[in-house]
Amino acid sequence: MGIEELVPDGILTTTVERMVNWARRSSLWPATFGLACCAIEMMATSASRYDLARFGAEVFRASPRQADLMIVAGRVSKKMAPVLKRIYDQMPEPKWVISMGACASCGGVFNDYAIVQGVDTVVPVDVYVPGCPPRPEALIYGIMKLQEKIDRDPIRLAVPASAPSTGA
Amino acid sequence: MSTLTSPEFKTLTINMGPQHPSTHGVLRLVIELDGETVISLKPVMGYLHTGMEKIMEAKTYTKSITVTDRMDYLSPLGNNMAYVGAVEQIMGLEIPERAQVLRLILLELTRISSHLVWLGTHAIDLGAMSVFLYCFREREKLLDVNDMVAGSRLTPSYFRVGGFFQDVPDTFVPFVKKFCDEFPTALGEYQNLLSKNRIWMKRTIGIGTISAEQALQLSVTGPTLRGSGVAYDVRKTQPYCGYETYDFETPLGRNGDVYDRYLCRIEEMKQSLKLVRQGLDRLRPGTVRADNPYLFPANREDVKRGMEELIFHFKIMSEGFRPPIGDAYSAIESPKGELGFYVASDGSPLPYRARVRPPSLINLQALEGMSIGRMVSDVVACIGSIDIVLGEVDR
Repeated sequence: MGIEELVPDGILTTTVERMVNWARRSSLWPATFGLACCAIEMMATSASRYDLARFGAEVFRASPRQADLMIVAGRVSKKMAPVLKRIYDQMPEPKWVISMGACASCGGVFNDYAIVQGVDTVVPVDVYVPGCPPRPEALIYGIMKLQEKIDRDPIRLAVPASAPSTGA
Repeated sequence: MSTLTSPEFKTLTINMGPQHPSTHGVLRLVIELDGETVISLKPVMGYLHTGMEKIMEAKTYTKSITVTDRMDYLSPLGNNMAYVGAVEQIMGLEIPERAQVLRLILLELTRISSHLVWLGTHAIDLGAMSVFLYCFREREKLLDVNDMVAGSRLTPSYFRVGGFFQDVPDTFVPFVKKFCDEFPTALGEYQNLLSKNRIWMKRTIGIGTISAEQALQLSVTGPTLRGSGVAYDVRKTQPYCGYETYDFETPLGRNGDVYDRYLCRIEEMKQSLKLVRQGLDRLRPGTVRADNPYLFPANREDVKRGMEELIFHFKIMSEGFRPPIGDAYSAIESPKGELGFYVASDGSPLPYRARVRPPSLINLQALEGMSIGRMVSDVVACIGSIDIVLGEVDR
């Protein structure tokens, strides 16, 4: 066969890419970013019955600097949008965004002067979860979809080798 | 030691929120500190402003019910009730007995589920994580009730002007009965975890005190007011849904601190359970729709066969109904306090004006008085104890 025949039992071979992606997707740490009604369902998802810990995403961090997933749970007002962008900017790379619910995805029923019509006008969104609010099962499905997406992520150097030096 | 009057005195101004786990949403507090002692505290609101009152002016009376759900999203049915109550007053509708009893049962179940979220998050803020998991275990059962009657867990929009669109399913009564049997045990568990817990008592007793006079001056309502010993309960003073015919008590606190408000809400859950039991005993078969031909669409079978019924169905679904010219204020005792809706009708299918008296917004005023002179960590306890929902504060 290949190199597997030569190494002793208990050793697996894989690519760095797969291993890193496996580690990243299995321990998504969401930022506690509850805005409105969907935040209550987000809490329910992490609580007793639905137990988000089964998918490795239950460690809600209060500080965005410790989080790599932002679940935008609820309607984003125009006053909140700059704050949301700032929190997103504070999160370290790699980072992902789930837009939870109709309001975050497109404004929902609130098509008016106060609400941002879709959080994707402020931050890049990876997964949209429909519903008003989505059931916890829907959010879990959204997180699983995000995990599939992370699995496909190619590992690239943060700065391409050909890029000009920044003089550090 | 520097004092307020000495020239070298310098305070530190910090922002708490809008993204802070213990502000229960997107509340921002600008706190001025001397060391760790709070000198002044100013809530900054509007981070969740949605313009709901304006939206309701552009929606029919029935469609507006869905908007009210998203205001105080911990007690959606309470918002429904306050709103449809106002419209029913304008129209002078008589609500059938069964609908009244069902409303009362659902409102009290909603009160329990709202108090469970309050208890869980309040405990998490003060460092007791497991209470949250216990509370949500019971709350899931109540969300199942919403799911059963309306098909939605959190935002049921189940009440209609004039009663209900449809009756509850047959599984409703056994399910609620079973919940009533199980819940006292669960409530005992929460109390075992907290009521005599030394850390809990140290964090809550004597913290965030507000006297009865202060609370009344600030128009504070709900358990926040009753914790200070003022017996004001809209269910007793301006009864709706036939609350005056039920036997229940209004629990009162004595000291007006965080611990008393905690005890008040725990006791309220017991009283709610008592009301639900009485309601289940009174539940008799019957219609759940008020006797008014313009409120509800015709029977589905008739719509398929008759031309007139089809036209009427189309009219009621697209245009809605037209209440007479008039205005009304209807208040309910929501889990947070007195929730009022003022609705003005100009005779068109859209409300001319809908105005909300949100208990959370008014209770939030008490926060400054509670927190001044206390530590930052006590501010967290105070926010939890007034039980605000930012969806309702900002609307």
